[in-house]
Amino acid sequence: MSTNEKTPKVAVSHLTKRFGDLLVLDDISFQVSTGEFLCIVGPTGCGKTTFLNSLTKLYDIDSGEMLVDGEPIDLHKHNVSYIFQEYSTMPWLNIEENIAYGLRIKRLPEDVVRERVDEVIEMVGLSQFRTYYPRQLSASMLQRVVIARAFATKPGLLLMDEPYGQLDLMLKYKLEDELLKLWQKTGTTVIFITHNIEEAVYLSDKIMVLTNKPTKIKTTIDNPLPRPRKVTDPEFVELRNQVTDLIKWW
Amino acid sequence: MKKEKLDAVLYGVLGLVVFLVAWQLLVMLTKVGMLFPSPIEVFQRLISSAQGLVGKHPLVVHLGFSLLRVGIGYLISAVLGILVGLVMARSPMGNAIIRPLFAIIRPIPGITWMPLFILWFGTGWITQLGIIFVAGFSHMVLNTYDGASRTNPKLIGAAQMLGANQTQIFRMVILPSAVPYIFSGLQVSLSSCWMAVLAAEMMSATEGIGWMIVSGQNNGDIQQVLVGIIIISVIGLILANTMRGVESKLCAWSVRGR
Repeated sequence: MSTNEKTPKVAVSHLTKRFGDLLVLDDISFQVSTGEFLCIVGPTGCGKTTFLNSLTKLYDIDSGEMLVDGEPIDLHKHNVSYIFQEYSTMPWLNIEENIAYGLRIKRLPEDVVRERVDEVIEMVGLSQFRTYYPRQLSASMLQRVVIARAFATKPGLLLMDEPYGQLDLMLKYKLEDELLKLWQKTGTTVIFITHNIEEAVYLSDKIMVLTNKPTKIKTTIDNPLPRPRKVTDPEFVELRNQVTDLIKWW
Repeated sequence: MKKEKLDAVLYGVLGLVVFLVAWQLLVMLTKVGMLFPSPIEVFQRLISSAQGLVGKHPLVVHLGFSLLRVGIGYLISAVLGILVGLVMARSPMGNAIIRPLFAIIRPIPGITWMPLFILWFGTGWITQLGIIFVAGFSHMVLNTYDGASRTNPKLIGAAQMLGANQTQIFRMVILPSAVPYIFSGLQVSLSSCWMAVLAAEMMSATEGIGWMIVSGQNNGDIQQVLVGIIIISVIGLILANTMRGVESKLCAWSVRGR
């Protein structure tokens, strides 16, 4: 195995974050391999979003380090995409312009932009809505636009913060499957935050369980279930119960 | 045209016709006619003014002077107002310096500056343009400031995460998200500038629609005054609708632009 293959996609060491006197993240260290799908679960309010925002330097951290491909994270250099809980489409751009947004920030040639947009807009099933504005689309479609925008940049690392938290159940299932298809096709590394344990078991290669504040890593569990997964399979239910027991703080 | 829209237009026309008929009857049947011309007389005067001279110039030249003044003054106030608004919104130091000055100057009506401007610059174009500029400037600054300082932080975060630098964030997030606010400022500012040009012409010009009205007053020519008022109203309406049309083209994405 070459040195390159040994370097993890993400290596976080001793990440600590305080808000004033309140210690939120307490000396967190972990690694994610290239192409891995990591789900992070934890009790409500344990600081999952703070965790992701600290990783990406949207928040200043008090100490610790985050390396991507062995180097300190630099959003101008590393190809990272972040899908927030709330919809973050640009309301003044139509759907294809929204999907092309990240590519234009990265100043890719227009023919590449067109090609990538065509590719991902087809994947998320929004081809017939190219010229629509966000205000004309439903919540689920907007979330698909955000996912398409993230995947169009072919991110080496995709960060998702409860992206389906506000959607209805059927739609959530559909978008989970779309995400898995896109992930399998592009081989990107995904860190996915959720409070939904079933979702974590359905999507992940690995599940990281966080504690209540001050947040630490309680444990990390490998998820060996074969894909496609069924939520009613006994192995699925067993793993879900195992993670649920780990999250219980009462 | 949708039925509701058609109904609104029909009712609007009906209201106008009722008003004009009532005016005509009032002039014909009461002593109001001794002080006030009928709408038919005013309309006839409008036609004759358009064909002949009002003072030294034809009506269209007076209108041209007014529009030229408002165009120049409005353009300067819009460009500088947007720039100052953006500086205030994006630079804490700029905001700290400009805001207190602006808070003191803003409540002063534009027309209040007229005597000072006349003392400093005489009754020429500089004074007229100065008054128009002052009338439009504060609306532009405030609206631009509001728009640029209320950018959704989620959108800035999304652009940052896609690798945008500070210049791109300004150009690709802050500026476009402020556009509806800027348009709102442009509309209010245009109305204010149009009113200001008339006030400026009433006090310090020898041509223009404002001068026409004052000239009518000085000569006891009520028909000329009313012709001027009608032109003010029609041009004001055209300017506001034109701006609204431009906004609906350029801001099709926003609720305001719909």
